[in-house]
Amino acid sequence: MAQPANRPVFAPWNDPNEKPLIRFQNVTKKFGEFVAIDDLTLDIFRREFFALLGPSGCGKTTLMRMLAGFEAPTSGTILLDGVDIAPIPPNKRATNMMFQSYALFPHLTVWDNIAFGLKRSDMAKDKIPARVEEMLRLVRLEKFAKRKPHQISGGQRQRVALARSLAKAPKLLLLDEPLGALDKKLRQDTQFELMDIQEKTGTTFVIVTHDQEEAMTVASRVAVMDHGKMIQVDTPDRIYETPNSVYVADFIGDVNIIEGRAVRKGDDKYAIAWAEGQPDILGTSSAAIDQGTRVHFAIRPEKVAIASERPEGRANVIEGTVSDIAYLGNISTYKVEVAGGRMIKAQVANERRLARRDITWDDKVFLSFTDTAGVVLLK
Amino acid sequence: MNLRRLFLIGTPYLWLLVFFLIPFVIVLKIALSDYAISIPPYTPTLDLSAGWEGVKSFFAALDFENFSFLASDALYWKAYLSSLQIAAISTIITLIVGYPIAYGMAQASDEWRPTLMMLVILPFWTSFLIRIYSWIGILSNEGFLNQLLMWLGIIDTPLTILNTNVAVYVGIVYAYLPFMILPIYAALEKLDGSLIEAAEDLGCSRASAFWLITLPLSKPGVIAGCFLVFIPALGEFVIPSILGGSSTLMIGKVLFEEFFSNRDWPVASAVAVVLLLILIVPIILFQRNEQKQREANQ
Repeated sequence: MAQPANRPVFAPWNDPNEKPLIRFQNVTKKFGEFVAIDDLTLDIFRREFFALLGPSGCGKTTLMRMLAGFEAPTSGTILLDGVDIAPIPPNKRATNMMFQSYALFPHLTVWDNIAFGLKRSDMAKDKIPARVEEMLRLVRLEKFAKRKPHQISGGQRQRVALARSLAKAPKLLLLDEPLGALDKKLRQDTQFELMDIQEKTGTTFVIVTHDQEEAMTVASRVAVMDHGKMIQVDTPDRIYETPNSVYVADFIGDVNIIEGRAVRKGDDKYAIAWAEGQPDILGTSSAAIDQGTRVHFAIRPEKVAIASERPEGRANVIEGTVSDIAYLGNISTYKVEVAGGRMIKAQVANERRLARRDITWDDKVFLSFTDTAGVVLLK
Repeated sequence: MNLRRLFLIGTPYLWLLVFFLIPFVIVLKIALSDYAISIPPYTPTLDLSAGWEGVKSFFAALDFENFSFLASDALYWKAYLSSLQIAAISTIITLIVGYPIAYGMAQASDEWRPTLMMLVILPFWTSFLIRIYSWIGILSNEGFLNQLLMWLGIIDTPLTILNTNVAVYVGIVYAYLPFMILPIYAALEKLDGSLIEAAEDLGCSRASAFWLITLPLSKPGVIAGCFLVFIPALGEFVIPSILGGSSTLMIGKVLFEEFFSNRDWPVASAVAVVLLLILIVPIILFQRNEQKQREANQ
């Protein structure tokens, strides 16, 4: 889809004059001996849809709970709009949270759940119904206003929770695994709905998720966390295409990791010796790498082409035998055994019908990719 | 297979028939009989050897005389009313004492909960009678409580607590407290902590989160606890007879005296039948509450 040329790209993180909405400054959080957040510094900007991604126990939920006010940092400061929020209790913060379990009040109707926060705010009593109606319209639940939470479906509950947390028009909305309880189809629909609502309301969203696909879909920036540290904070495409470490490359999507020794071959070109008797892999790295350093070459399966004839004019060609084929409908993944018993995955779009596929099990094939298709990683 | 189903469904009904319905019919029959100096101390008795005529004359001899007697003598309805009052007030006090305890237990950390639960249940390991008797030692004029208060200089002359309604309240609250604590604790314990966080997140203070969320959501537990205290307290006999005075009027005591002092089984049975009828209302309400809760949990 072509973007109009005059449309500015939303990237406040690249603008040095932009003031962040949230600033974590050397924040550490310990639970007893356990370090949940380890000296973390991070800026999140207004109108961002910011995703915290990581395995369970990486500290992403703790980070969010500190923003909501349910946990206080052990050291460091968290600024919201330039103000230290440590002394502000959760009920006085301009943030609202959408809980993983939704935490809808079971004894109140959908309407009363959404009105709950408004009734506690300084909003005039006669303005509340209009705001609740507006929220119900936003999440398309007008018909269910009088129902109790246990009388509606999981997807509807999720939307009530979203409406309730948006009703007070918070500066910052926190979403803790908001779609975890939904099935895949509903989750995908809801992701687009979330993005839509975020755009409409202009609220800053911070979402916690362990689902990398979800983070990639909704977020303007993704932060990959592990053991209380930020491993990489970047836009989804950069996270995917230029991961800064094996951890990120492996966490986001499917990847082939090949270990070897790097030898410099030109400005930013490196040859990686990875197996005895095999041609070196040619790769690119923007960072300077010392001669003979052990590196990891990461390449996405969809960037690897597979053919039964040796292709001409490709920078890297590796010979192998097909050991496994996974048919996924729209694509097929070929697992190819190359020198030393190593497996390399290649992904091909199924442009032809399955019956006309010319490569099959135990065929001798040639894998090929350009010298810019993969990344050379030091850690 | 069908036999097994029949057995499974039939067992509780059989239990109810043998241990509730048949005894109740016997008591009802005695309530409809007349007092007699004989063994058993009432007439008529069913004589099946006289055949159909015997059955007919047996039913002809039954009447509601004892029930109209209960209505005409102020002692009885006053005893019912006073029982209702004592049961209601003790239930309220038990709730006021029990709720904070249950709340504290639910807030306690996981490793403390079994211990606290144990402490609540522990008194059941001693005889009920002994526990009530021991209150005499605490509440009497020379009892521990008066000694303590006088030693502290709060009072000069001992308070008369034993053999008053106050002692009965103390006894009932003490004896039935676990029945209040346990259902409330069960309701509070399964309360999702994130609901309170959500309430705070939406602008509630701790106190208003309690009033708006915790309290309404523990309502089924409160209702169950109240019934579990109210129902047995209404017919309570041991506590008023041990701790109460001559002025303590409770239907359980009246029932006991009719049976064992007056040996008027028919009137005593009538008292029991009316007591059961009074109890059926709260029991049905209790069942409904349980039913509603079960449906809500689905």
